[in-house]
Amino acid sequence: MALFEAKNITKQFGTQYALDDVSISVPEQCIFGLLGPNGAGKTTLIRIINQITGPDSGELFLNGKKLKPEDVMSIGYLPEERGLYKKMKVGEQALYFAQLKGLSKAEAMRRLKYWFKKLDIVDWWGKKVEELSKGMQQKVQFATTVLHEPKLLIFDEPFTGFDPVNANVVKNEILFLRERGATIIFSTHNMESVEELCDNITLINKAKTILEGNVDDIRRQWAANEYDIVFEGDVSLPGNGQFSILNKLTENGKSTIRLKTTTGMETNEILQNAIKLGKVMSFNPALPSMNEIFIRVVENRN
Amino acid sequence: MNKISIIIKREYMTRVRKKSFIIMTILAPLLMAAIIIVPTLLMVNQDKDFKKIAVIEEGTDLFKDVIKNSKTLEFVYLENVKLDDIKNSFEQAGYYGVLNISPELVNTPNAITLISKKQPPISDLQYIESALEKEIERQKLMTYNIQNLDDIMKNVDTKVSIQTKKIGDSGEEKSTSTGIAMALAYIGGFLMYMLVFMFGSQVMRGVIEEKTSRVVEVIVSSVKPVQLMLGKIVGIALVGLTQFLIWIFLTIAIVGVLKSTVLKKADLTEVSQNVSKSLMTDGSQSAAATQPTTVNPDLAEFTKMFDSAMNQPWGLIVLSFIFYFITGYLLYASVFAAIGSAVDNETETQQFMLPVTIPIILALMVAMGTMQNPESSLSFWCSMIPLTSPIVMMARIPFGVPMWQLAVSMVIMVFTFLAFVWMAAKIYRTGILMYGKKTSWKEMWKWLKYSG
Repeated sequence: MALFEAKNITKQFGTQYALDDVSISVPEQCIFGLLGPNGAGKTTLIRIINQITGPDSGELFLNGKKLKPEDVMSIGYLPEERGLYKKMKVGEQALYFAQLKGLSKAEAMRRLKYWFKKLDIVDWWGKKVEELSKGMQQKVQFATTVLHEPKLLIFDEPFTGFDPVNANVVKNEILFLRERGATIIFSTHNMESVEELCDNITLINKAKTILEGNVDDIRRQWAANEYDIVFEGDVSLPGNGQFSILNKLTENGKSTIRLKTTTGMETNEILQNAIKLGKVMSFNPALPSMNEIFIRVVENRN
Repeated sequence: MNKISIIIKREYMTRVRKKSFIIMTILAPLLMAAIIIVPTLLMVNQDKDFKKIAVIEEGTDLFKDVIKNSKTLEFVYLENVKLDDIKNSFEQAGYYGVLNISPELVNTPNAITLISKKQPPISDLQYIESALEKEIERQKLMTYNIQNLDDIMKNVDTKVSIQTKKIGDSGEEKSTSTGIAMALAYIGGFLMYMLVFMFGSQVMRGVIEEKTSRVVEVIVSSVKPVQLMLGKIVGIALVGLTQFLIWIFLTIAIVGVLKSTVLKKADLTEVSQNVSKSLMTDGSQSAAATQPTTVNPDLAEFTKMFDSAMNQPWGLIVLSFIFYFITGYLLYASVFAAIGSAVDNETETQQFMLPVTIPIILALMVAMGTMQNPESSLSFWCSMIPLTSPIVMMARIPFGVPMWQLAVSMVIMVFTFLAFVWMAAKIYRTGILMYGKKTSWKEMWKWLKYSG
């Protein structure tokens, strides 16, 4: 069942459409990627989900019920640009945000202690935010976002500013939160992390949805009969009209060839043909990266 | 509602704990006290600036011992001394200057010279002039051969000092002083201007800070933008009120302490001087009868001023000040908040600041005019128009304002600030989420009409 649904959302600024009939459906305990080039309308959609702005038309549902103002308590939002008061102390600030989310001071304190320990930022409690590095600030913000244990978490570019070690820490925390039952909407330009984390995605371009569905399905769908074969030595494939060679790379005594079948040959058939030509080191159906798909889809549209 | 109070608390606490707030809060009353105390000290202490002046006449002795010594001036009449004899040596002899009177003075007003190394103060010149004028008058009168001229002269020597009293509605009289009223009008108007501007622009800076650091996105995902704006405005208003109340108490305390010590000292010196002066003041029986103890005009003036300062309607002034501060501040702070929300950084505020500053400056100028002419129709209208009324009305109150005018002005003020807050909230809601776009007044007008 979908934990969150947005149906036919339209939002206009003047004559400009920010969102034009966009719908998303986020299953429970799913990590949902909200993708799109800059200015596509992602931030507007996120703001509408957070009820920062209202849509011109369309409906939003949380747990099957219409989204109400009180539901902000069930949503945690980590905005793209980190927002912390620079002159305020880290601990005070975290408490302030927690209280605004409706936690009592004591409860907020208890949970903050837990998260600060977990993210290894206890020592920063009494420091001013401006004294912290960008990554540290981001950890603080992450803690304040998840503190009230919301059912729905929205992360806008959560990994920018982190070194690989800390990016991994945060990634594991996101997976941990999903494990504990949270549903996550995840907006990013980093397609590697989409492949790694996301179950489902929606790709928005120029205010419209242009691609949606399960990540693996999408990749298979876009693969469109492409295969990577690696041979030992320099092997050249004779053209026989049944496939075309997209790419060939020979180095270190290996040839890596990407081919595309044009007649819908079965995998086994291709492999049998390949074996005749030389020693096959590996054979893979080539799944295009999300990055490629992103670029191709968006460029096609433009 | 609970969330607004959390926001108010943060806005209040972060500001009150700042070093600059603490310094301002303590320093300002010291400055205020200094403004009140320093003139008093000057009045009391100027006596120490003592000058000895040599008086010479070439040939005659028409004006021998005519100019009496005063607290600050001693006149030494040198007989048979020529100007050339002393011209170059008077300083070594301990004189401040040489007053050279020519016999022609009786008929030629400028036949008298004061030679000195420094420019003599105007008060000394006036003192000498009036003493000589009196003497010449006396000498001229003498030529008419009037009997008992001396007695007559003593009898006609009068002093006039207008005592102003305001009659209240219930008929009681109060001594007042236009000077005090003017001072209060000035302080009230100026303080209002300063506070409204200072705390209003704090609201603007706060909004810009939240916008540029993107804190606002985090907060408006928990609370409504209007709650954030109101929380900020109210929080800063409380900071202003806290500061204002501390200022009042500290100023009263400091002035009280200093006044009691300074006034005591002044009393002692006056007493000793009064003894030596009693001969001089004998003639003014009428004055002596009404004010048997205060003879020294400075001290009399001072106690009078103090009395009349005490007779000002302090309660009304302070209460109206608080009212106009709150409403005027809310009005301007909401405009400032709207401006802050519309821009990306502080330098961009320039174009919006001018139209906001103009009414405030205008109000300040009208307030200054009000001190000259509290009843003018310009002052009246400006104390009704909500953009200028807080400042202008504060300048009018010490001179007395009919209650109905005060009431009308306050009612207009309340409705206007509500309207301004409402409009500002609409602009703010859209503005805080707009980045990288140069905003114009036209744009803001459009935001005002956006829904949701």
